[in-house]
Amino acid sequence: MTRARTVARRGFLIGSAAILGGVAFGVVAWKRDPENPLLAHLPEGTRTLNPHVLIDAAGVTLITPRADVGQGAVSIQTYLLAEELDVDPATVRTDFGPASAAYYNARIAAEGMPFAAWDDGLTARAARGAGDAAAKFIGLHITGGSTTVADAFDRLRAAGASARETLKQAAADRLGVERDALRTEDGAVMPPEGPPIPYADLAEDAARLTPIRVAPRDPAKWRWLGQPVQRTDIVAKSTGTFRFGTDIVLPGMIHATVVTNPAMGGGVRSLDDRAARAMRGVQDVLPVAGGFAVLADNTWRAMRAARAVAVDWGEAPGRAMDTDVIRQAHADTFTSDNRDSRFADDGDVDAAPAGDAEAVHAEYRAPFLHHAPMEPANATVLHDDTGTQVWTATQVPVFLRDAVAKLTGQDAERVTIHNIASGGSFGHRLEFPWVLQAVEVAMQVSGRPLRMTWSREQDMTHGFLRPMAVARGQGTVGQGRVRSFDLSIAAQSVTESQIGRLGLPAIGPDVTIVAGAWDAPYAIPNRRVTGYRVPAIVGVSSWRSVGASHNGFFVETLMDELIHRAGADPVEERLRLIHHAPSRKVVETVAGMASWTGPAPRPGIGRGIAFTYSFGVPCAQIVEVSDTPDGLRIDRLWIAAEVGRILDPVNLEAQLSGGALFGMGHAMMAGITFDRGAIEQTNFHDYESLRLRQVPQVEVRALGTTGDIRGASEPAVPPAAPALANAIFAATGTRLREMPFSKTLRFA
Amino acid sequence: MQIIVNGRPHDVDAEPDMPLLWLLRDELGLHGTRYGCGIAACGACTVHLDGEAVPSCQIAVGDVGDARITTIEGLGQPDAPHPVQQAWIEEQVAQCGYCQSGQIMQAASLLARTPDPTDAQIDDAMSGNLCRCASYPRIRAAIRRAAAAGGV
Repeated sequence: MTRARTVARRGFLIGSAAILGGVAFGVVAWKRDPENPLLAHLPEGTRTLNPHVLIDAAGVTLITPRADVGQGAVSIQTYLLAEELDVDPATVRTDFGPASAAYYNARIAAEGMPFAAWDDGLTARAARGAGDAAAKFIGLHITGGSTTVADAFDRLRAAGASARETLKQAAADRLGVERDALRTEDGAVMPPEGPPIPYADLAEDAARLTPIRVAPRDPAKWRWLGQPVQRTDIVAKSTGTFRFGTDIVLPGMIHATVVTNPAMGGGVRSLDDRAARAMRGVQDVLPVAGGFAVLADNTWRAMRAARAVAVDWGEAPGRAMDTDVIRQAHADTFTSDNRDSRFADDGDVDAAPAGDAEAVHAEYRAPFLHHAPMEPANATVLHDDTGTQVWTATQVPVFLRDAVAKLTGQDAERVTIHNIASGGSFGHRLEFPWVLQAVEVAMQVSGRPLRMTWSREQDMTHGFLRPMAVARGQGTVGQGRVRSFDLSIAAQSVTESQIGRLGLPAIGPDVTIVAGAWDAPYAIPNRRVTGYRVPAIVGVSSWRSVGASHNGFFVETLMDELIHRAGADPVEERLRLIHHAPSRKVVETVAGMASWTGPAPRPGIGRGIAFTYSFGVPCAQIVEVSDTPDGLRIDRLWIAAEVGRILDPVNLEAQLSGGALFGMGHAMMAGITFDRGAIEQTNFHDYESLRLRQVPQVEVRALGTTGDIRGASEPAVPPAAPALANAIFAATGTRLREMPFSKTLRFA
Repeated sequence: MQIIVNGRPHDVDAEPDMPLLWLLRDELGLHGTRYGCGIAACGACTVHLDGEAVPSCQIAVGDVGDARITTIEGLGQPDAPHPVQQAWIEEQVAQCGYCQSGQIMQAASLLARTPDPTDAQIDDAMSGNLCRCASYPRIRAAIRRAAAAGGV
């Protein structure tokens, strides 16, 4: 490791302590487990054995604290608990539980450290441990970063096992037998003779015992984990009976919608709501920060009346931004005073060995993107003098609770967040301005419940975006090999923007600017990755796979250009350069799946490969395209990934396939642009997505050969764009350096 | 005015220009039909009007007349799913699930008219229905499974 890298890492560690520790350092005991939050509001006749198990007369409720934004998080959390507790996953009740420090996510902090996940050195492990402790410290009750399964794997099995053994002990005490003489089955303790004793009959006694801790079961004895199982939500989601936030109904509920200035930060100059107020069903038009709310007896009546409000919007503060101005700001950032990080600096890229040819000098671009989940942003709120209840989908319940408390002036204990599964997120539900708007309105109609739903137009024009990113790449080749690789990436800082909105300081370099680039496991003799921080312009956010979503494209397109210039095979040269064995294995696997013979197997057909390493998961993809008179057609997609131990093979396949197609669709045709400070796209007609007729045949293989536990939602996103771009180059000779590709060519 | 939804007549008091989507959701409490875009760009609100798949956000209540409306709730229930819903369950199509009511209604309409559709017919019928989770390969597989099982 070079000295520059050591210094940069040390700087970050100090910074990360400030991010994560905040004022909490020295206040909370390090080692103590947070108190069981279920004890605070335990209904009559209900007992809890630990933060994940509630038992009442009707049976067991499993607390699955990670939000479910569509990827089956509730289902896998249920299986992890049920595997140990011996309850039926198909019928057991589940609940997200309250916002609480007890549900801290240890993995999310550990993954924020500037150590490659393949780095198992002492310093890297110590840093991850510090992240774990810091997360526990301040109660990072967060869902994100593909960490749900990794964080839950040990913890939920331990909780299930502890509850099971404690219930058995209660039965053993009652029967006068040894605990070891008992077993459990389908929500009951089974005595050696006599009828089963339901857990509900033992809960009161068990709750008085000190919880018994035992090791989780040997995976060889698993019934569900590792096997194809049915997602617990699949029947409801196939019959229209699943309930999203938009389906919450409270007695006497008002239906509301909010409209705010499209030029974010600009307020209202004047507003004429007379026509809107005269419309049927309209109850009121009320102010909210930066706009107004319409309250009605039906969501459509509220949205229709909102369009009838005549508003003179103020101008956005500061310089009126449009896309060209923002792109220029990125171009202007490649200077030493904007340098944010240089975590990779091997050899000497400035002094290429004699005989090497300067091969490539190129600029690559990625646009702003919106999360745009299918379910529009919404929140249901009941506020009065005694407290505030919020029903919404959130990945950050503790931060949301505290923000609501600050807004209402009520103690956090009086704010209740009822979390709900979301109709998609892709990072969107890490944000919550619409929830605070709903609270702002509810405070003006205290005592009356309301459900606030954003129109798609309001949702699309008020996104917190995947940052635009610009990269400048260069490299040299010699003797048929890639000899040097130098990539500079300029982007706004997601961490600064997102952590800042949560009211916390972000100090030190932002790993997300270079994620998926600096830690790509390529042993190129001269290799450098530099991050440049674009000064804050617009609010940016974590978009599925975060920095790797653009850096995967930058790295793997530059690699492809260099390999092509070297005259090497794209698979062979990557295999030669990759220094991480599981990563080599996924490249070999995907090449085998596709029967790879080269980028141009037949006339008119092009194949591209890309490999990325993100969220601890190496993933390689090959795309096959054909150039047709109707445009470029995507025919095949092969995906290989190493997520470690496979817990739910059916859903894993869906996540890898869905992630890759999500990445591909955006690379093909999606981009958010600005005009005078306002987002220009308004709905799904001009923010386009992949449609069924464009979907290739997809084949997925997860290796499952390491003992790691990794999440699968994000790692398949980054390779899709470069695999497609490289295939298009092979088929047409057109090198795509800017997303979306539809700016350059036509898709069939 | 009277409107027939899932075989049941409902007396409703609504503006004739109210989109059917919102009558179903906010007046009749049938939440299985989803609001995604309001401009027929996503298909999440797809229902059947006399068996034909239509985006309910574009159908004015006043234009429905005596046409029979079927929503996802009328297609089948959790304990008695329609063959297309059964195929969706067996293929485990849904991720977030928000678009799937519309996808299923579109597919059921396709299969009722074209029991054994070609790939091109599936592409044509289904490409107005957006799935941001990109569950598309399983949508294709579920349609083929339902077609093979027959009885749609």
